[in-house]
Amino acid sequence: MRRRPNYLAGAGSLLWLFLVGLPLYVMLAATLRTRQDYAENGPVSLPDSFTLDNYTRAFDSGFGQYFFNTLVVTACVIGIVLLLVPPLAYAIVRSRGRTTSAIFRLFLLGLAIPAQAVIVPMFYLISEAGLYDNLLGVILPTAAFCLPMSALILSGAMRDISPELYEAMAMDGATPRRMFFQLVVPLSRGGLSTIVVFSALQAWNGFLFPLVLTQSDSTKVVTLGLYNFQTAHGIDIPGLLGAVVLSMVPILLVYLFARRALVQGLMGVGGK
Amino acid sequence: MTTQITSARPASSATTVGRPGFAWALPAALFFALFAIVPLIMVAVLSFMSWDGISPPRFTGTDNWSRLLDDPVMLKSIWLTLLLTALGVLLQTPLSIVLGVWAAGHQRNRAVLSVIYFIPLLLSATAVSVLWRALLDPNFGIPADAAWLFGDGNLFGEQATAIGVLAFVSTWQFTPFHTLIYQGAARAIPQVLYQAAEIDGAGRYRQFFHITLPQLRNAMITSMILMIVGGLTTFETVLILTQGGPGTDTTISAYYMYDKAFKGFDYGTGSAIALALVVASTIISLIVVRVSGYDKMRGSAEGVS
Repeated sequence: MRRRPNYLAGAGSLLWLFLVGLPLYVMLAATLRTRQDYAENGPVSLPDSFTLDNYTRAFDSGFGQYFFNTLVVTACVIGIVLLLVPPLAYAIVRSRGRTTSAIFRLFLLGLAIPAQAVIVPMFYLISEAGLYDNLLGVILPTAAFCLPMSALILSGAMRDISPELYEAMAMDGATPRRMFFQLVVPLSRGGLSTIVVFSALQAWNGFLFPLVLTQSDSTKVVTLGLYNFQTAHGIDIPGLLGAVVLSMVPILLVYLFARRALVQGLMGVGGK
Repeated sequence: MTTQITSARPASSATTVGRPGFAWALPAALFFALFAIVPLIMVAVLSFMSWDGISPPRFTGTDNWSRLLDDPVMLKSIWLTLLLTALGVLLQTPLSIVLGVWAAGHQRNRAVLSVIYFIPLLLSATAVSVLWRALLDPNFGIPADAAWLFGDGNLFGEQATAIGVLAFVSTWQFTPFHTLIYQGAARAIPQVLYQAAEIDGAGRYRQFFHITLPQLRNAMITSMILMIVGGLTTFETVLILTQGGPGTDTTISAYYMYDKAFKGFDYGTGSAIALALVVASTIISLIVVRVSGYDKMRGSAEGVS
């Protein structure tokens, strides 16, 4: 049907390819050449040296520890989300009570609360709780801010389970608990993987909570490490970009192996 | 659907039996209330208090608010926030509509290119800002290599170019996300509409303006609300790229809040700015929803069936 080429859209997509491709090329090229080569020939030129030195330099400046911290934060956030959200979404979809619908409205309201809005009281609360400069102090608020979107995604997925299946289980005298474990959880695996990826991204890429709630090297996460590396070694651009590339490797791996779940996790509501 | 089945049966079972109580939702609700709702209430309370982070907070009435209203940096930051948000919407919307409609096609080369297109989406806002700070470095970055385009190369030294950089970097980072929204919406447009238009002899551009765009209406509203809320709360980009400078020329409200609270240790004023931001983004979202009639939930398949 559409045989003629669409020049306008084609030009737009080429422009975008250039805008995305050039920075990515400069980034990769800069990290694989010596600092001297980069400084003398400029960022856009073709590299005439090859080295992995920039990566080792970035790694040695503490990124090993930062990666470990970020992994801990990410794993714990996923754990909390997986513990809290499935029962919540189950109640949202199946419960007929007024309290549950009030709770659902609370989470819808929560979608509109940006982390920036609560950062000052969060600093107060976390300090009062003695969790300042402690990874737990980053994990708890990060997990909390994953809940509204995760609840929306997972309850969307759970709504697709046919009511007849519940009816059949109810006839057999199944308790809500058994329905949850034998019916709801197995049938909402797609939604579950979406919320896992969504919260993993939030945790991995989180910046504001770690920035305000931690300070020492032993609790630093990767994003904060990047920021500090930039402030401290701003002129070591190949090393800095090496750190940027390192920080995106895990996400790239997820992108390669679970592209669908990742895109849906990024889209949030797209998980429906 | 359920009622049909249950009404055929004795009234006792199936409606309440086998349904989970609200206790299932309680742990998540309590956790969320503690870490999001309580702080939200506290931010309102703190905005009427003076707190330096060391001595206990004390009430000072509307002091923070009246000082903010007289603060030229605050007023400038509101204007800058609105400007950057508007720039973001104006740059990203047309670009992501064109790219989204283009990517909605099923040709294989598009699938391959899409993989590259969406890479900015995989980077954290921090990584994107650090990347562009390095690429645009006045001495070691691209501008030093392309003086014919960038002049003296210090894009961070003047207000206009610094704002341009911020708008560009946000566009670079978020266009793929909005492209995905439009791609999904464009794929959902019934082909029948295009076939009918084809029969009526409508060309590609008329089809685009009379079918595609109106059908993308809901996607446009969703995407714009996200852009506005995202624009009002932009923070990392400013912190890493410009530090609010030169001077206070790119100090947008969210950054000013951070600066006041965590650099100036004036947490009361910081809270007041935060509260103003929440109120502003809620109001603007509600206006967009109301003006567009999104709340009436007009189906986008209207006129098809």
